[in-house]
Amino acid sequence: MTRMTYREAVRAAMRKALKEDDRVFLMGEDVGRYGGAFAVSLGLLAEFGPERVRDAPLSESAFVGAGIGAALGGMRPIIEIMTINFSMLAMDQILNNAATLRHMSGGQLSVPMVVRVATGGGRQMAAQHSHSLEGWYAHIPGIKVLTPATAADAYGMLLAALREPDPVFLFEHATLYSVEGEIDETAESFDIAQAAIVRAGTDVSLITYGGTLGKTMQAAGRLAEAGIEAEVIDLRTLRPLDTPTIVHSVAKTHRALIIDEAWRTGSFSAEISAQIMENAFDDLDAPVARVCGAEVPMPYAKHLEEATLPQAEQIIAAAQEIVPRHG
Amino acid sequence: MAEFVMPQLGADMSAGKLLQWRKNVGDRVERGDIIADVETDKADIEVEVFSTGTIEKFLIQPGEKVPVGTVMALIHEVGEPTSAVPAPSRELAPAPAPTPAVAVLPLRREPPPSTAEVTRLHISPVARKLAADLGIDPASVSGTGPGGRVTLEDVQRAAQAQAAKPSVPAPELDRATRMRQAIGAAMARSKREIPHYYLSTTIEMSRAIAWLAQENLKRSVEDRLVYGVLLLKAVAMALREFPELNGLWIDGKAMKKPEIHVGVAISLRGGGLVAPALQNTDRQSLDELMKRFRDLVQRARAGSLRSSELSDPTITVTSLGEQGVEAVFGVIYPPQVALIGFGKIVERPWASEGQITVRPVLTATLSGDHRVSDGHRGGLFLAAVERRLQEPSQL
Amino acid sequence: MSTPDIAEKPVVNREHSLFLLREMLRIRRFEEKAAEMYSLRKIHGFLHLYIGEEATGVGAMQAFTPDDSIVATYREHGHALARGIPSTVLMAEMYGKATGCSHGHGGSMHFFDVSRRFYGGYAIVGGGLPIAVGLALADMMQNRRAITGCYFGDGAVAEGEFHESLNLAALWKLPVLFLCENNLYAMGTALHRHQAQTDISRKADAYGLPSYAVDGMDILAVEDATKQAADFVRNGKGPYLLEFRTYRFRAHSMADPDLYRTKEEIESWKGRDPITVFEAKLRELGLLTDADLSRIESEVAVEIEEAVRFAEASPREPVEDLLKDVQGSATTLPRS
Repeated sequence: MTRMTYREAVRAAMRKALKEDDRVFLMGEDVGRYGGAFAVSLGLLAEFGPERVRDAPLSESAFVGAGIGAALGGMRPIIEIMTINFSMLAMDQILNNAATLRHMSGGQLSVPMVVRVATGGGRQMAAQHSHSLEGWYAHIPGIKVLTPATAADAYGMLLAALREPDPVFLFEHATLYSVEGEIDETAESFDIAQAAIVRAGTDVSLITYGGTLGKTMQAAGRLAEAGIEAEVIDLRTLRPLDTPTIVHSVAKTHRALIIDEAWRTGSFSAEISAQIMENAFDDLDAPVARVCGAEVPMPYAKHLEEATLPQAEQIIAAAQEIVPRHG
Repeated sequence: MAEFVMPQLGADMSAGKLLQWRKNVGDRVERGDIIADVETDKADIEVEVFSTGTIEKFLIQPGEKVPVGTVMALIHEVGEPTSAVPAPSRELAPAPAPTPAVAVLPLRREPPPSTAEVTRLHISPVARKLAADLGIDPASVSGTGPGGRVTLEDVQRAAQAQAAKPSVPAPELDRATRMRQAIGAAMARSKREIPHYYLSTTIEMSRAIAWLAQENLKRSVEDRLVYGVLLLKAVAMALREFPELNGLWIDGKAMKKPEIHVGVAISLRGGGLVAPALQNTDRQSLDELMKRFRDLVQRARAGSLRSSELSDPTITVTSLGEQGVEAVFGVIYPPQVALIGFGKIVERPWASEGQITVRPVLTATLSGDHRVSDGHRGGLFLAAVERRLQEPSQL
Repeated sequence: MSTPDIAEKPVVNREHSLFLLREMLRIRRFEEKAAEMYSLRKIHGFLHLYIGEEATGVGAMQAFTPDDSIVATYREHGHALARGIPSTVLMAEMYGKATGCSHGHGGSMHFFDVSRRFYGGYAIVGGGLPIAVGLALADMMQNRRAITGCYFGDGAVAEGEFHESLNLAALWKLPVLFLCENNLYAMGTALHRHQAQTDISRKADAYGLPSYAVDGMDILAVEDATKQAADFVRNGKGPYLLEFRTYRFRAHSMADPDLYRTKEEIESWKGRDPITVFEAKLRELGLLTDADLSRIESEVAVEIEEAVRFAEASPREPVEDLLKDVQGSATTLPRS
């Protein structure tokens, strides 16, 4: 096991992939000479050269579409879209081509493309740089949507994604890049389908993914001091969603609280809530609760941004509302 | 005779109005000629004819609006392709049924339980379920949840209060009561969710008993085999041919299990019942099964079973012969999908080859989950068990 | 820059000429039959006919080999036929049958045939260009001498993806042959009403790749120009843009009442029908007789009738299979 940051873990996974498979190449804005907008690909250009690490013009549609074409042509591209905000410019290629070509061609075409995208708010980047739209992607059949929250997952899930025959989107929350963790570089295979119970508990299931996992764990710690044992689930993957793990947890705790940084209305937390209702209705002691982002374009000022994003205090308060007071 | 029909001139066109005919009856037309002007919602369109021949008759007059597909004219075709290439069917695809307006069903609310008042009860789903399982009237429980909602804790508290004597403060439920509750809840759920069917058959046991007596002569008293072990082994081996009975019902689906772990129902002193597994029952010798069965019973009564033994069973066998019961029609333990019951061995008149004798017989029953198996298969299974008990040396 | 210039010196021999004529006629009759079947409600949704543009589809396709990749648009029946996809499976696809080239999942706008490297069939205007760039990138990175032919219309030239794709292809010297079939209308909007610069071939100058404009109604000119441009691309010199000036005789689609063009304009272009013009030229050169034409027409008629019969008789995919092929299993490997 090696200790490294999330950023280093992604880099290590890409290095390993580039080394071991000639078909793999990285393409995106500023991934080469600049070293990556989040310094993830630092050093890769020097090691692998400009054929394998390609700086693309600011043409999201073209280079994501080219990634699709390259995958059709036998390559295994890792496309980096700088942030989920800019991915909107490539949405046509993603939705109408990447996700659709297999079924639309009657099963003839396979698009084994991996797309890495930084996501989320919390660094005062303001309204056009702070979106959390993974839920929109998770809506689309034909692709997989992964949300690694730990360095170990950042490493393993990328390597596993490169073995998938269809497009895989990895959403890396921008606040996680410097977080440290242990990764196992000798492991042979990695799971991308199961949610993880990162803290076992009996009183309430706290369900979250990606950037809000840290705050959720903090909240769980403080809830424990108040006598409430929370079970924390890191979803890891939004599509396909690991419903059995969620349902099993709710069957045990009888209460669910979903924490999702995205705007509440129509967010992915609504989907999880619906699935809990459909599959675990009889196990519920309280309605499924949600702590989500405030419905406002992300403001710049720090105190306003903090008020917009889910915080540990809100998670604690929401949990206390649905867990009965212990005598 | 070829038909000229009102053509589909756009994705959402359902009808068109004939403005005028561009040709006359008797005129010769060629494929591709404009034969009419038709008005649609979008524009007036010149419509071509696809046949070559002479116009025989007009069936629609200018000014008439007709649905797409309506025959508007008849054309006497000339020079059909050679017989080697018959003309394609010109049958119009049947007009699609008009899209029914999506029926918006009124929200159907579950009728309140017949014993409840008309005022709506606020109770959480899990609390409602526990109240039903314990036979507690939810309306009698005071709710401490938001808006007076009755919660799980509220029902549990009410259950304890009911069990306690009025002058004594409610004690913590003892283990036996909790077990009874759990069993009760499980059995109620089983009956509620699983559509049970029942089959029984009478098994002639003289061969098995005789064989067993012979075998036991070779063994010391401590190692003697009881006939129950023959029953377990017969069931396990028969299950190999009927894997659908050896599975679990999980998430609304039957899941076959590759290994056969027969759960044996063991009654506990002081009430209560457990049904731990004899792992890989079909692969154990009778002696091994006997040893492990004895060990299971002892540990069950001492309360030291392993959790895997409790969660492993893929099917359960219950034998109430010792209690003097002739036939057992049991309730399946979810998530299993079958339960086999054996009654006591009794001597009964037995007709065979035209003669009546007295033979020891045993009633074997199958309670089956009708979602997973049916009487036909269940019957065949019981027959397989019966067959094996006629050849005890093969067990 | 538009160098190297294409020197037009078309080659005319009887066998090849009859082949080209036949290919155009196959498309013409197929499209006419498709229109008929649409009006009889055997084909549904959108249907975009290629009638009038046959010379560009057939002529340009002669420059490609089976190792090359082809990307086209929703008006791709002609390209699919010229690429060699049987008319039976194309008709069946439009009928929505399981035997269609896309198993009935795509319909008229989404023909795919991986075995012939025919990569669609796109309904989003301009949507295929980045994919063509990617296919070319894959060929280059795997040292294959194949090129990618990317057909699109004048409407696509307005989309950002056209500009991004030309730029990226030129920047990385990718082996893409961009083929713009300029039929003067982006659906109902005339070229001069949607482009400030209506000379499409000039747009390549902005991205530093060579281009050439060709009379799209002259099949020999199209063929010749495309072969020369393809050679350029095949020799690793980077992408090329060809603009074929052509015209569609029918409306944009079966749903289009064609209110934005005058009858006079349409008739005037019909006078330049690539099939009739080529027929006349071949007769003049003594390469085509009435008997030849008659034979070709009747063979084509038989083929088209067979396509309809095949489509009619084919089964539909069972509804139970609806969710198959949304995702591949993990053991599905892409074709290289």
